Amino acid sequence: MVDLAVSGPIARPSQWRAGFARGGPRLWIGVGLVGFFVLIALLAPLLAPHDPIEQDLLSAQLPPAWMQGGEVTFPLGTDSLGRCVLSRLMYAARTAIAVALIAASLAAIIGIAFGLIAGMFGGWIDQVVSRLIDVWMAFPPVLLSIVLAAVIGAGLTSVIAAIVVVDWTRFARVVRAETMVQLQRDYASAARALGLSRGQILRLEILPNLVPLIVTLFAVEMGIAILVEVILSFVGISVAGDVATWGGMIVEGRQVIYQAPWIMAFPIGCVILSVIGFNLLGDGLRAALDPVQRR
Amino acid sequence: MTAVLAVQDLHVAIGPRGKAANVLRGASLEVQAGEVRGLVGESGAGKSMLGRAVLGLLPANAVVQSGTIQFEGRDLLAMPEPERRSLLGRRIALIPQDPMTSLNPVKRVGAQISIMLRHHLALSKREALERATELLTEVAIREPRRVLDLYPHEISGGMRQRVLIAMAFACDPSLVIADEPTTALDVTVQRQVLQLVERLRQRHGAAILFVTHDLGVVAKICRTMTVLHAGRVLEDGETADVLVKPRHPYTRALLAATPRADRPAEALRPVPPALIESLWSEAHRLDRLAVAGPA
Repeated sequence: MVDLAVSGPIARPSQWRAGFARGGPRLWIGVGLVGFFVLIALLAPLLAPHDPIEQDLLSAQLPPAWMQGGEVTFPLGTDSLGRCVLSRLMYAARTAIAVALIAASLAAIIGIAFGLIAGMFGGWIDQVVSRLIDVWMAFPPVLLSIVLAAVIGAGLTSVIAAIVVVDWTRFARVVRAETMVQLQRDYASAARALGLSRGQILRLEILPNLVPLIVTLFAVEMGIAILVEVILSFVGISVAGDVATWGGMIVEGRQVIYQAPWIMAFPIGCVILSVIGFNLLGDGLRAALDPVQRR
Repeated sequence: MTAVLAVQDLHVAIGPRGKAANVLRGASLEVQAGEVRGLVGESGAGKSMLGRAVLGLLPANAVVQSGTIQFEGRDLLAMPEPERRSLLGRRIALIPQDPMTSLNPVKRVGAQISIMLRHHLALSKREALERATELLTEVAIREPRRVLDLYPHEISGGMRQRVLIAMAFACDPSLVIADEPTTALDVTVQRQVLQLVERLRQRHGAAILFVTHDLGVVAKICRTMTVLHAGRVLEDGETADVLVKPRHPYTRALLAATPRADRPAEALRPVPPALIESLWSEAHRLDRLAVAGPA
């Protein structure tokens, strides 16, 4: 019998490279920005020139080093209490990245579980989960976290809880819909004909097909979590006052915006850059991992 | 001689309650051990539904209203779900219709074969890989080791169909349901696939229910055949008898509709609705005769 031709083998490393090429500049910029913030968050204690809560009232509201009156020891100037803005930004990045990572992970785990179950079993289970999602999505996240803060007290836990409680629906909806689509595919019924149970089909056949989607959603969700954390610390129901957060820095800078605009400008810049970074990363990953484009 | 598969008076309806369409209305057929039986009929005759009912893969909105499906003397419809699942893939296997979509796009060929081997035969990872290599060699795939490492989109359609055939025969099933396995392939590959199925059947001693609308394929490999029309069995017997002396006008129409090289093209004419109507009443008459006869 004649053997049929095989298209050229594709090794793993070149597959990665091809994926990166498909992701284009979006992916590169996203990876760069996110990597930058993650590195700073990880290395904040090493990189920061000052203790973020160390006050130096004699050198309060110093402008950045390159402006007139700036000092080299405070590269981005100081706030109204004479704390080093650069150091505070770095430590705030820790809070932001930590919240984003933990909240997005928990939201993803819960949302994926609900989405898979609803998508797989359909029927009344799907009805219950879908209605739950509908009701949930009608609830404003900030309001919810204010309620949570009132109930379990302000702090990182309630910030994370608020994000998770609201944003699991984002994962659940998409995963549910995609599970249903995948189950219609021939490979899913072929798997059933092999005698695999529903749990095995979900875990071994469907889930690997959802990975690109989940990775993409996860990146976008981290950006959203950062924004929510900023909003919550802006309204003062995030972490305790002495812990640096971008939102908290914006509040402090707002009061002296005419005298020392940089105090507010830098944290805003960080928020914008990090959220753009996560969104670009998500966008780029979607292009890089999309199984349709990969085929 | 005991039948491997005995379908008795199977009624299946599909669609919402009240507006359900009866896709099978009292279909019966038997497949003896080691027999290759063709199941033919036009699109919508219910032949695929019959195959799917045996595998328990009916669409979610389809209901088995009455009838029995006995596999090696045990009723599949009355069997608890886990017990039936343990038969699927091991004792009853499927060769799916479309090789392009019936393999999981994001998993390597080797991983897909070993999932089922490990599931049914409790092999270790290494043993499963060994066995998968043997299986691919058996279906005349050169360099099986390399193919095991490829993704489905990296191999040709004919090759994918061979992988699926290898998987179907992997656990030495006693019944293989081939759901139009050659329809999606081009003619040159079709022949090879048919030869392959026949060779594996002889080696593994399985019975095959070959679902197809291609009478040429039936003539080539099936010793017996069943003609299905609108959910009923119209004709059943040795392939040679049915094809040479069709008892039923519908079979004659089906034969006349087969494109042949030795006949001018205008002989290929569609069956007009009026004729179908008259065939139907004829069919009812014959049905009554058939029922009245032995009783």
